[in-house]
Amino acid sequence: MSMPETTSAPGAPVINMGTAIRDGLLEAARRDPSVIFFGEGVEDPAALFGTLKDIGKQIGHDRMIEMPIAENGLIGIAIGAAMAGKRPVVSLQRVEFALLALEQILNNAAKTHYVSNGRHNVPLVLRMIVGRGWGQGPEHSQSMEAIFAHVPGLKVIMPAFAEDAKGMIAAAVEDDNPVVVIEHRWSHYTTSPVAEGYVHRPLDGPRTVREGDGLTIVATSYMTLEAVRAADKLAEAGHPVEVLDLRVIRPLNLDPIVESVARTGRLLTVDTGFRMFGIGAEIASEVTSRCFDLLDAAPVRLGLPDHPTPSSRGLVKGFYPDATRIARTAAEMMGLDDAKISAIEEDILAARKDIPLDVPDPFFKGPF
Amino acid sequence: MQTTTGDDADYRLRCLKQMLRIRLVEETIAERYAEQEMRCPVHLSIGQEASAVGVCDALMSDDRLFSSHRSHAHYLAKGGNLKAMMAEIYGKRDGCIGGRGGSMHLMDPDAGMMASIPIVASSIPLATGTALSDKFDNNGKVTVSFLGDACLEEGVFHESANFAKLRGLPIVYVCENNLYSVYTNLADRQPDRPLTDIPAAHGIEHRHVDGNDLEAVRKAALWAVETARSGNPTFLQLDTYRWREHCGPNYDNHIGYRTEEEFQIWRARDPLERYRKMLEESGTLAPASFAGLEKDIQAEVNGAFAFAIDSPLPEPTEALAHVYA
Repeated sequence: MSMPETTSAPGAPVINMGTAIRDGLLEAARRDPSVIFFGEGVEDPAALFGTLKDIGKQIGHDRMIEMPIAENGLIGIAIGAAMAGKRPVVSLQRVEFALLALEQILNNAAKTHYVSNGRHNVPLVLRMIVGRGWGQGPEHSQSMEAIFAHVPGLKVIMPAFAEDAKGMIAAAVEDDNPVVVIEHRWSHYTTSPVAEGYVHRPLDGPRTVREGDGLTIVATSYMTLEAVRAADKLAEAGHPVEVLDLRVIRPLNLDPIVESVARTGRLLTVDTGFRMFGIGAEIASEVTSRCFDLLDAAPVRLGLPDHPTPSSRGLVKGFYPDATRIARTAAEMMGLDDAKISAIEEDILAARKDIPLDVPDPFFKGPF
Repeated sequence: MQTTTGDDADYRLRCLKQMLRIRLVEETIAERYAEQEMRCPVHLSIGQEASAVGVCDALMSDDRLFSSHRSHAHYLAKGGNLKAMMAEIYGKRDGCIGGRGGSMHLMDPDAGMMASIPIVASSIPLATGTALSDKFDNNGKVTVSFLGDACLEEGVFHESANFAKLRGLPIVYVCENNLYSVYTNLADRQPDRPLTDIPAAHGIEHRHVDGNDLEAVRKAALWAVETARSGNPTFLQLDTYRWREHCGPNYDNHIGYRTEEEFQIWRARDPLERYRKMLEESGTLAPASFAGLEKDIQAEVNGAFAFAIDSPLPEPTEALAHVYA
């Protein structure tokens, strides 16, 4: 598999995305003493899946604030500290814990700069982790970017690759706005060569990770990896497609998407969240409005089906979009015949072998 | 905003004037509300002035304050700009936040009036957060978090108080207990136990005083603020009563949730009238001079209303600004 990530240092050490996020946070905290960390178990042995490992040792334990189990209060406290000039980074073990704090996030974090007529800033980072597999179930595996992206004033980012994540997390810490960072647990395992020291990647919009004229796939977070695998198999079969890693959900930069769809005439979106009322719906709607006359096919959205995430690996079969479904959907949209589509599917399945569906496919580990 | 130095007559006259000013501002709002030019909800503090003034007189000008939907008295007592407040309530460009929030979001960060947040208890963690930041910076600032009795029913109060005590934050939680959450009496919302049992359960030192007695409030506040400044969060319970309806300019003793008799009992404890009498009896205020004060302050208030009315409405395009920093 070729490199999906534009690395700034191809010979750099290969590390995983979890470590890259930790390194990015550490670099940002070293550069600015106003950066402080909040977390439940902020310095415990697990260090939030390693993403906060030894940061306190490097910058001082006083900047690592153990959160009592009180997400609404503590996120409100982080917002207040941000209003007084700190740059708090709050790390939550799962997206669902943020639901306890929606009032603070959607009202005070999102609106304080606006309501204050620009007098107050809320430079806050809210990291939330999406669980998947090993029976995580209905309340440990939701992505929920659509909820946060619905609210003006929040920024929402979903990094998929290691070096990008390192640079994006530093940019999030430096941003004067509240930035929700949704990290897929399975993306934490993916590896890339990552430049050492300080890396900055602007929170400016999608990035093209595969080029092709047959169709445009817009994917988020871990689904970008599934889309890349599908795209590679389609390319091998002679049908290259474009894959855009959305990266920044809000503010949504549609221009590169519209530009790509204007060329390919077809749009397929793949979300980590629920398909209904999801990010794909917003993109499909906007793209259709902006280039309806250039479309060769109706846009299609893939995402989670219209029921909660069950725990059992029996029930979860077919729940998540994967490379085979993405490849089949894309191929059907491009009008490939069924025999050819089945061959591509079989090719993908053969590569996956008999790996259980509730653990990450080692293929996605990289290095990318 | 003044420090607590200076002789007693100074602070007494200062506090009397501030209470009178707040009363006149709000009575003028009530009087002119029917003109339908102040087109936002207003929650008046008439009858509750002593708690705002007594607490704020114990603060330094760069101490911080957070308020709620009922924010007019806190804003003015903390030194917020009156003209900008009135322009905000009128929805005008010269409003303290350009017409973006109205009466329920008053703020004047230059005066330490950090924010007012209308969702019950929502500003409590923000206040706790500025106290955390100030403790990091070791800058000696105290934050006051004004809250109502109903806030003690909200989980976020407990979450904040727990953290404030755990971390030794310089914060004073000031509970103005006016007995009602909209139309619902405290007795229908909380069991019969002292409100101060709640801060006590969090290990927070507290005082409970008559919130309509300026001297008692100020004395308790001086203790609470200085204790907080040394890194021990404190809690004040100030019992008081709002004279008018929860939201709006009218009296509502006739609609059935409280009685005229109850109102009259509290009317007789009018914090402004009590303090005026006390100052006249002690010779701090010459008997004839109150009317003069009233006249001067009303002139200032009228000027602020005129300023607000003359200020232009913001343009629709201005609504797009400041979504992101």
